[in-house]
Amino acid sequence: MTHHIQVTVNGTKHDADVPARLLLVHFIREILNLTGTHIGCDTTNCGACTILWNGKAVKSCTLFAVQADGGEILTVEGLAKDGKLHPIQEGFHQEHGLQCGYCTPGMMMSAYALLKNNPKPTEEEIRWGISGNLCRCTGYVNIVKAIQYAAAKSE
Amino acid sequence: MASEIHGMGHSMKRKEDARFIQGKGNYIDDLKLPGMLYLDIVRSPYAHAKIKSIDSSKALAIAGVLAVITGKDLDKYGLAWMPTLMSDKQMVLPIDTVKYQSQEVAAVLATDRYIAADGVAAVEVEYDPLPVVVDPFKALEPGATKVRDDKPSNHIWHWEVGDKAATDRAFQQAEVTVKEQIYLPRIHVCSIETCGCVASWDPVEGKLTLYMTTQAPHAIRTVLALVAGHVGLSEEKIQVISPDIGGGFGGKVPVYPGYVIAVAASVLTGKPVKWIEDRMENIQADSFARDYHITAEIAAKKDGTMQALRVKTVADHGYTDAAANPSKFPAGLFSICTGSYNFSNAFAEVDGVYTNKPPGGIAYRCSFRVTEAAHAIERMADILAHELKMDPADLRRKNFIRPEAFPYKSVLGWEYDSGNYGAALDRAMEMIGYSDLRKEQAEKRARGELMGIGISSFTEIVGAGPSKHFDILGIKMFDSAEIRIHPTGKAIARFGTKSQGQGHETTYAQIIAEEIGIPAENIQIEEGDTDTAPYGLGTYASRSTPTAGAAAAVAARKIREKAKKIAAYLLEVSEEDLEWKDYKFQVKGVPEKAKTMQEIAFAAYTNLPPGMEAGLEAVNYYDPPNLTFPFGSYICVVDIDKGTGEVKVRRFVAVDDCGNRINPMIVEGQIHGGLTMGLAPALYEGIFYDEQGNIQGGSFMDYLLPTAVETPKWETGETCTPSPHHPFGAKGVGESATVGAPPAIVNAVVDALWHLGVRHIDIPITPWKVWQLLKEKGVAE
Repeated sequence: MTHHIQVTVNGTKHDADVPARLLLVHFIREILNLTGTHIGCDTTNCGACTILWNGKAVKSCTLFAVQADGGEILTVEGLAKDGKLHPIQEGFHQEHGLQCGYCTPGMMMSAYALLKNNPKPTEEEIRWGISGNLCRCTGYVNIVKAIQYAAAKSE
Repeated sequence: MASEIHGMGHSMKRKEDARFIQGKGNYIDDLKLPGMLYLDIVRSPYAHAKIKSIDSSKALAIAGVLAVITGKDLDKYGLAWMPTLMSDKQMVLPIDTVKYQSQEVAAVLATDRYIAADGVAAVEVEYDPLPVVVDPFKALEPGATKVRDDKPSNHIWHWEVGDKAATDRAFQQAEVTVKEQIYLPRIHVCSIETCGCVASWDPVEGKLTLYMTTQAPHAIRTVLALVAGHVGLSEEKIQVISPDIGGGFGGKVPVYPGYVIAVAASVLTGKPVKWIEDRMENIQADSFARDYHITAEIAAKKDGTMQALRVKTVADHGYTDAAANPSKFPAGLFSICTGSYNFSNAFAEVDGVYTNKPPGGIAYRCSFRVTEAAHAIERMADILAHELKMDPADLRRKNFIRPEAFPYKSVLGWEYDSGNYGAALDRAMEMIGYSDLRKEQAEKRARGELMGIGISSFTEIVGAGPSKHFDILGIKMFDSAEIRIHPTGKAIARFGTKSQGQGHETTYAQIIAEEIGIPAENIQIEEGDTDTAPYGLGTYASRSTPTAGAAAAVAARKIREKAKKIAAYLLEVSEEDLEWKDYKFQVKGVPEKAKTMQEIAFAAYTNLPPGMEAGLEAVNYYDPPNLTFPFGSYICVVDIDKGTGEVKVRRFVAVDDCGNRINPMIVEGQIHGGLTMGLAPALYEGIFYDEQGNIQGGSFMDYLLPTAVETPKWETGETCTPSPHHPFGAKGVGESATVGAPPAIVNAVVDALWHLGVRHIDIPITPWKVWQLLKEKGVAE
């Protein structure tokens, strides 16, 4: 038994018939073939699957695709506009905020949400703002710098 | 010119970033092949049990479930067991007995990953529980339940190094001895990407393409050819492709049962088969790290001169020895345990033990057991200092191997290439303001506040390794680089290593750029495809820069030699008249008469000296003459909350010396990450088992990885003592911080509490542990 959903992802409307139990992250990755959003755990802890849903940062592994019916989603693939990188993406590159790159999309989406709500965060606010995203490679120092870069660039 | 070339020492931004920041990385789970099937695994709830029956009927009745594979099925093809890297054997799927909780018991093949999961839930396994062995000391007692029916006891091997008699004598005659039991519990590396593969057998070609999260693709190819040759796999028709890897740290070196079952399933069905483990499977069944029970002792003079070191370790290996060590080193490079100090005698012994736990041991950025060795020596150095009421920095300085002593032959057999330990410690002390901190500590202590300062002056040992001593399953541990220059002066280079985030696409290009004067931006770097890359042993144990990086320089120099001949021909001079200056060949004394590598490259295809072979390329398989010995001094300042027992890292200064740095930005990033993977086991992570062998801490709900909130703002510094034997004086650095950080943190905590009578605390130093100590000492609030 499937359900019909309509979801706008990165500005494009998609129609699909999905099983009730299909996780939103699998919908994004396997039905829409947007594989930039990653899976890193099974208990909602790691944040690799973070996307924006109706303006809020959420963990797409802990939502069903059917819950996103009628909603608007922003993934990492939607950050750049007309080939121009978003300041957050620039920041991660300039400040060496990534190594293996696996946590990076989720980290950038959390940063996006953070800066939307708090355009001039302190370091502590940044660290709390990304505390739902685990990284094993970078030790977070340069991720903080990347987000500070983006905050400064967006002024 | 140097700023365009971006050679050695440039913090150029990474070439590989573009795809990652745009969500276009190619990780295994991103791969979708036509007709692809999914594999999921049924796992044992018991740590030790006989399998009475496996009933797959309900699973097979689910639409979309194609097969349920058991050990008995694999046994028909001789694939139920496979060899480990340490000449032991491990089960792919059990025929009759499971040996650890979460062990693979059966595999379900389905058209969709959700249906595969349904299938797993529907397979009914009946078990007869058996007595469980979790304590390695009890496992060694006579009459203990045997973990392995095919072995005489639970004792796997005994390994020792050093002069036992001389060491024992030194201890008998010593003025002072200190002894401590140090347990480093199991931890799991938990790369954010779990392990997985897509196995794709082409029945028409008889070819297997295996996309796999592996740090050592060539080794995997050869192992598959050896292990599964009898079912039709032939090495020239096996292609292992390691695409983008989301973190490795050693956890993606072993061959896990899931990979083998996926290969078998693909060969049987002729369809691609994907297996991706979930996080709980990853933590509960994949290769762990540490689990060393260490008893360490130092014999010294009253003035603090260290004389002898004695270390005895019981190593809990799980149900089989599947540690990914070089074959002659069952305890890895543990014999680096004399550390940065000049001991005149030492003896170390390690006994491997079987228990009902997952196998492994070398998978958390440990540099082949160097984390264990460094933890032991740096804890003991601090305990000795505190016993003698000496400042821990002074005690270390007194015993450091002197700079003039290098190359230094340690009593446990290593020849350290270069070092200057005092300089690194000086720099760290200066950066952190050591003497002011000691003053502050004295004032705080008088007020009853708990503040601690901990030092770790570690020596690392990396770059495995010289063919004389180092091999993996007999394959020598050289590594390789193959470089080819195109007519328009751009280049491509391929390597036998495999980055999982270390930035090889940038750093290898920089090495080559420095040697041949082509900008790093114009040098394409590839790794991971065994059909095209030269043979190598992969990336782990901080070996890439010392081996493959060296190969890149040597191959590039071969190219430069040929280029010189072409330049001489083009300039109509003899080779002796030319010098390599400003990244081009110039006629000595006539700098305007010069040829760039771009001009030479074009000529290599269009205008060659008569008789010279066309093209401009070289390959080098580099056999390192020795290992390299990076080192550092780390200083940690902690404040302990008397109400909660929480340890707050107020400051942490890390001074690292890895010789010449290819890209300082990337080196610093590696150190930040390594420090965080040192903080994590010190304060947060630990995997324990109860008496029934149930794992405690088997998911991210319980196993605490530090977030940006727990992680301090790391402060880094450097000294530079090049390696005399490495082509460009570099040493490797990826694991230094994981090695050096934990003892610095423990030393700080114990330093804060020593005056209360605390000598040692085992990691992880949780608030609960500390609070209980504070309560016991009567100072808890």
